[in-house]
Amino acid sequence: MNREIWVFIEQEAGDIAAVGLELLSKGRELAVRLDGQVCGLLFGHEIAELADEAIHYGADKVLLADHPELEVYRTLPYARVATELVQERQPYIFLLGATPIGRDLAPRIASATRSGLTADCTSLEIGDFKYRDNVYADLLYQIRPAFGGNIIATIVNPEMHPQMATVREGVMKLGQPDEARQGDIERIEPTFDGGDLVLQVLEREIRQPACDLKGASVIVAGGAGVGSEEDFQLIRELARELGGEVAASRAAVDAGFISHEHQVGQTGTTVRPRLYIACGISGAVQHRAGMDQSSKIIAINTDPDAPIFQIAHYKIVGDLNKVIPWMIRAHQESAK
Amino acid sequence: MAYNCVVLVKQVPDTANITGKAMKDDGTVNRAALPAIFNPEDLNALEMALEIKERHGGQVTVLTMGPTRAAEILREALYRGADHVILLTDRKFAGSDTLATSYALKCAVEQVGGYDLVFCGRQAIDGDTAQVGPQVAEKLGLPQITYAESIQSLQGNEIVVQRAFSLGKETVKCMLPCLLTVVDSANQPRPPSVRRMLACKLAATPLEYASLLEKWPEFETEEALDSYLTGRGLKIPVWTIADVDADEDKVGLSGSPTKVLKIESVVLETSESKEISANSEGISALIHELAQEYIL
Repeated sequence: MNREIWVFIEQEAGDIAAVGLELLSKGRELAVRLDGQVCGLLFGHEIAELADEAIHYGADKVLLADHPELEVYRTLPYARVATELVQERQPYIFLLGATPIGRDLAPRIASATRSGLTADCTSLEIGDFKYRDNVYADLLYQIRPAFGGNIIATIVNPEMHPQMATVREGVMKLGQPDEARQGDIERIEPTFDGGDLVLQVLEREIRQPACDLKGASVIVAGGAGVGSEEDFQLIRELARELGGEVAASRAAVDAGFISHEHQVGQTGTTVRPRLYIACGISGAVQHRAGMDQSSKIIAINTDPDAPIFQIAHYKIVGDLNKVIPWMIRAHQESAK
Repeated sequence: MAYNCVVLVKQVPDTANITGKAMKDDGTVNRAALPAIFNPEDLNALEMALEIKERHGGQVTVLTMGPTRAAEILREALYRGADHVILLTDRKFAGSDTLATSYALKCAVEQVGGYDLVFCGRQAIDGDTAQVGPQVAEKLGLPQITYAESIQSLQGNEIVVQRAFSLGKETVKCMLPCLLTVVDSANQPRPPSVRRMLACKLAATPLEYASLLEKWPEFETEEALDSYLTGRGLKIPVWTIADVDADEDKVGLSGSPTKVLKIESVVLETSESKEISANSEGISALIHELAQEYIL
C-alpha cells in the first residue's frame, strides 16, 4: 500500500513558512507510525535551495516545481500542479498549513480530486474506523474545534484519498533539523494553459508581524478586566519585565485596548508558551481554545468563579492593578 | 455594463454570542438553543453584490441551501435589496460535507445561469472551514478571489480586487466570471430597508404555506395564498435535487468523503491548581518558584 504523506511547503519570497516545517515534523512522526514516507511539495521560482531545508526537517523526498509562473502564489497555477501530482501519484495523506494560502489552495485540490478535506486541525492521530460493517485501519484522525470552539470533532476520510487536512499554525511541535539527513529531490516540469493564468497579481504587500505570539515562551495577556487602553500599559510592562510578548482576549481587542494581531483564541492566534499569564480574562471557550496548551497558566481575576481558573495552574483572586506591580517587583528582585 | 451576481449564503447558529441560556448543566453548549442568524460574512458578500448592482446595474440573486427555516435569511436578503432569492432544500442533502455541499450549490448556480460574479462570505461561523467558496469555484470552473476586501475597479470583463489577510494585502486583476469570498472588513452591511420590509414581509416558500394559513385565515386554501404571493412576486422558489439536476450519489452522506468519527463537547477541565495569596509575599513566592523551575 502507498503510504506517502505529502506536506505542502509554503514559502514566501524564499522563506519557508514555519507551519510547513512544523508539518514536516508531524509528517515524520506519522510516517514512522504508518511505515511510510514524507514527501514535501515545494513550489516557486528559484527556490531549489529550500529543498535541503525541507529534507533536514523530515522530508524523505521533495517534489520541486520551479517555474516563473509559480513565483508568487496564485490559486490556479498552484492548484493545477498539485492536482495533477495527486491524481498521478495518489498519496495517502496530504497536509497543508491553515494559512491564507493553504486555506485557498487545499479546497481547490480537494474538489478537483474529490478528496475529503478537514479545515484547521489542531491535532492529528492515526487510528481505525468502523463504518457500515467495514473496518478501515490506520486512518488519519483529523481533530479540530468547531462551533466557535465549543465542540471538538474527529473527522476521518475512509475511502476518498488522499486524506487532506489543513493544520493550524503553531500547534504541531517543530522538530530539530538534522543537517545530515539525506533525501531525494525530484524536479517537476509544470505546463499551464491560458485558463490557469486569468488572474494576475498587481501588488503584494506582506507585513512582518508586530508580535511573535507563536514563538513566545512567555505571554502576558489582558482581557476586558484590564479596563482601559491606558491600563493595558501595565500588561506591556509585565511582558517587558519577563521578556515575553503581549497578548489579549477578543473582548480586549474589540474594546480597542490593543490591535487584533495580539489576539489569542479561536479567531486569533493559537499559542503554547511555557508560561501564559491571563490578566482580567474571564476565560470564554473561544479564548481557552487558543491557549489551553500552555505549559503553565497563571490567572489573575477578581471574580473567583471566572472560568479561566478552571484551567489555571496558579490561581490569583485579586486586583491585577496590585498583583502585576508585585510581580514586576518580585521579578526584579529575583533577577538581582 | 450591467453585472449579474449570485450570492451564496448560509443560516448558522449564533456561535459567537453564547449566553448562559444555551449552556447545559454539564458545561457544554446546547446547540439547539442557539438563535439562527444570517452568517455574518455572507452579509458582507451580499453588500458587495448590492453595491455593484447600484453602480453598474444587473440582478442580485441570493441562494441558500438549508432546511425550511432558512427562508428566514432569504427574507432578510430581500429586505436588504436582493432581486431574487432561492431556497435549495432536499432531504437528500442532509449530512453533506463541504464537498457535497459545494456540488449541490454548483448545480444550483448553473441553474440560475447568466452570472458574471458569484459571491460567498469567507467562512461560516459554525464550521469556520472557508472551503465551500473555493470548492464551488472549482466545480464551476471559475477562478476564485478569496479574502476579498474591496473592488477597486470593474470594467468590461475585468475586475480588480484588493484581498486582505492576516499579514498582508494583495491586489489582483481577474477575468470574469469569477467567484469572490468576502471578509468582514470589506464593508458595513446595510440594515434592512423599512420600505422593502413592508413590501416583502409576506414573502414565503410553499413549504411555509401550511403554517401561514393558520396566521392568515383570510386565505382559505394554499392555492389562494399561492396565487396571491405569485401575483406580487413574493413566492420564494424552492428547488430540490431534481430541480437542479444534481446526482444523488454526490450529495448527502454518500457524496461526502469525510465522516464524523466523534464529537466531544468541550468541558471546562480542571487541572492541578494552586491558589496563590493575592499579596506581595504570595506573589514573591510564586515568582521564585517559577524561576526555580526554569519557567521564568
